[in-house]
Amino acid sequence: MSAPSYAIDVRNLTKRFGDKLVVDHFDVKVPKGKIYGFLGPNGSGKTTTLRMICGLLTPDEGEGEALGYNIRTQALEIKKRIGYMTQKFSFWEDLSIRENLEFVATIYGLDHKKKRVDEALIKLNLDTRQNQLAGALSGGWKQRLALAACILHEPKLLLLDEPTAGVDPKARREFWDEIHKLAANGLTVLVSTHYMDEAERCHAIIYMSYGKLVTQGSVQDVIKGAGLYTWVVQGDRLMDLAAVLQKIAAVKTVAPFGDSLHVSGTDPDSLKAALSPYFEHPGYKWHQENPSFEDVFIRYMADAEDNFQHKGEGG
Amino acid sequence: MFFSFRRTGAVLVKEFIQLRRDTVTLRMIIMIPIVQLLLFGYALNTDPKHLPTAVISYDNGAMARAVVAGLKNTQYFSIDYEVHSDKEGRALLQRGDVLFVLSIPANFERDIVRGAHPDILIEADASDPVAAVGALNAANGMMQRLLNEELSGPLAKLKQSPPAFNVMAHRLYNPEGFTRYNIVPGLIAIILTMTGIMMTALAMTRERERGTMENLLAMPVSPLEVMVGKITPYILIGFFQSALIIIAAKLMFGVPIVGSLWLLFAALTVFITCNMALGFTISAAAKNQTQALQLSIMILLPSILLSGFMFPFLGMPTWAQYLGNIIPATHFIAISRGILLKGSAFSDIWPHLWPLLVFMVAITIVAILRYRRTLD
Repeated sequence: MSAPSYAIDVRNLTKRFGDKLVVDHFDVKVPKGKIYGFLGPNGSGKTTTLRMICGLLTPDEGEGEALGYNIRTQALEIKKRIGYMTQKFSFWEDLSIRENLEFVATIYGLDHKKKRVDEALIKLNLDTRQNQLAGALSGGWKQRLALAACILHEPKLLLLDEPTAGVDPKARREFWDEIHKLAANGLTVLVSTHYMDEAERCHAIIYMSYGKLVTQGSVQDVIKGAGLYTWVVQGDRLMDLAAVLQKIAAVKTVAPFGDSLHVSGTDPDSLKAALSPYFEHPGYKWHQENPSFEDVFIRYMADAEDNFQHKGEGG
Repeated sequence: MFFSFRRTGAVLVKEFIQLRRDTVTLRMIIMIPIVQLLLFGYALNTDPKHLPTAVISYDNGAMARAVVAGLKNTQYFSIDYEVHSDKEGRALLQRGDVLFVLSIPANFERDIVRGAHPDILIEADASDPVAAVGALNAANGMMQRLLNEELSGPLAKLKQSPPAFNVMAHRLYNPEGFTRYNIVPGLIAIILTMTGIMMTALAMTRERERGTMENLLAMPVSPLEVMVGKITPYILIGFFQSALIIIAAKLMFGVPIVGSLWLLFAALTVFITCNMALGFTISAAAKNQTQALQLSIMILLPSILLSGFMFPFLGMPTWAQYLGNIIPATHFIAISRGILLKGSAFSDIWPHLWPLLVFMVAITIVAILRYRRTLD
């Protein structure tokens, strides 16, 4: 077998639950050693896609490889070589920290089990609390334990499903530092998230909505590719203004950011024309800005909802 | 399918640690057999004695008194009421204060002497057939004997002539007819069914409810390894409970242990594995612990009622026997009664052992197949 250049290469992935099409002919390619962010609104099919990649779910259609192994027929080989961190803490809360790690080490058949577990505990800074039950840990510590357990067997590919939900900013920062360190050593990471700052820490992002690929690429490419133009307005009673602006056709999204409002549209001329009546208003200060990633994100989300509603009306 | 003792061992150790920390379950494991044994062993009786009885006697002669005394001596009747009218007697029956009303007609003794063949009436509350039958049989037998003794001298001509032939009934295996001898060996099956199926089903659904199942499935560990690792601790618990029951059966209830305990142990292994695999299958069908519990009870009820534990198996209609035959408890109850009370050997229990083996293999396959599909 020739060494594949992609850690994940799946095509046409499709999954239905009953009548509901959850993942709709979805392609993912993640090159080795890269960190890919997996974005999309809740219920867009991210978790289902991750589960199909690691062999937990069988796709209804489509095929592909993870680490060069067929996701349909070689799930076992894949499971041996990947680390999968579930959205919800899924280690055993009635087992101590050490017992959880030892269980993982035994399942994967690691050599020097005790040494590895000891090292992981020291690295986690949990060696003094190793006999505490995992259920007694706070959210941040649980997440660190889960990550340590997922990488204990030195996987080649890490699939993380919203790993930092409910974790404080400091722990998130440390988490991402760790992920980048691992990627520098050749680990490939696909991480789903709702946080913009986390998306911006990825080498590239994949945006999924209602089971379909919306866009992918580096954050800069995605922002450029969105073809979005943004005006920022500062002033008083911005929410009243927002309500008015939202009704204008050229305005695609209006989003409040602290004391300012981001007003975005896809056609720069008609957007400017539509907004100009408000430029002279004494209470508002306007200026143009490059759209942020969040503006783009919100726009895609709004688009997806529109599409979905149209589809719903049509059939 | 692949199998490794290392991975199985990992699951097993995990399960043991979790079990050790679950003190409620641990207490249940010990308390359920003891409580049920005490409760059912002492409380259940299919041949009840000293049943409350009312007497209406319109004749106070020696013969009538002898009948009442004889009734008392059978141990089945306890004369709690002496009433003076049929109406009062019927009211006692209606309220459930007595199970029997004995009416001795006026001029009872005189009519006997005259050869008029008077009637003694025993009215029984037969809404529970089991309660009445033993007492009525005893009453009948007693009357025959009594009259034969009392009718002497000139009345001897009224005696019945001896029957042309005698029927000898020989009560084998449990000559005294102690219900507990029958209940206790059956109770092993019921307790193992109850705790075994429930605990395994709950242990598996707990993994799903807490989300740890997804983690387990994402690891390179096969369904067979998970299953063996998860049920082995409960098999050991099953043996522990069985030992507890057998020791108590011997010491507290004096149940004779006639056959080979090794043979019973072998049958126990098969039966316990059946229950565990059944619990495992339930857990694959149930979405949460509540559903798992409900499904377990659905299996438990027929295991008590159709298995021959409560009611004689051969007394059920044929279709019910077919139904009962697909319940593992039915076969195990036959085996444990056979070994403990009758001293059955391997060849005797084989007709009940092979269905258990078939059931074990079949349900294990179903359990593993069901487990595979859990996340899909």
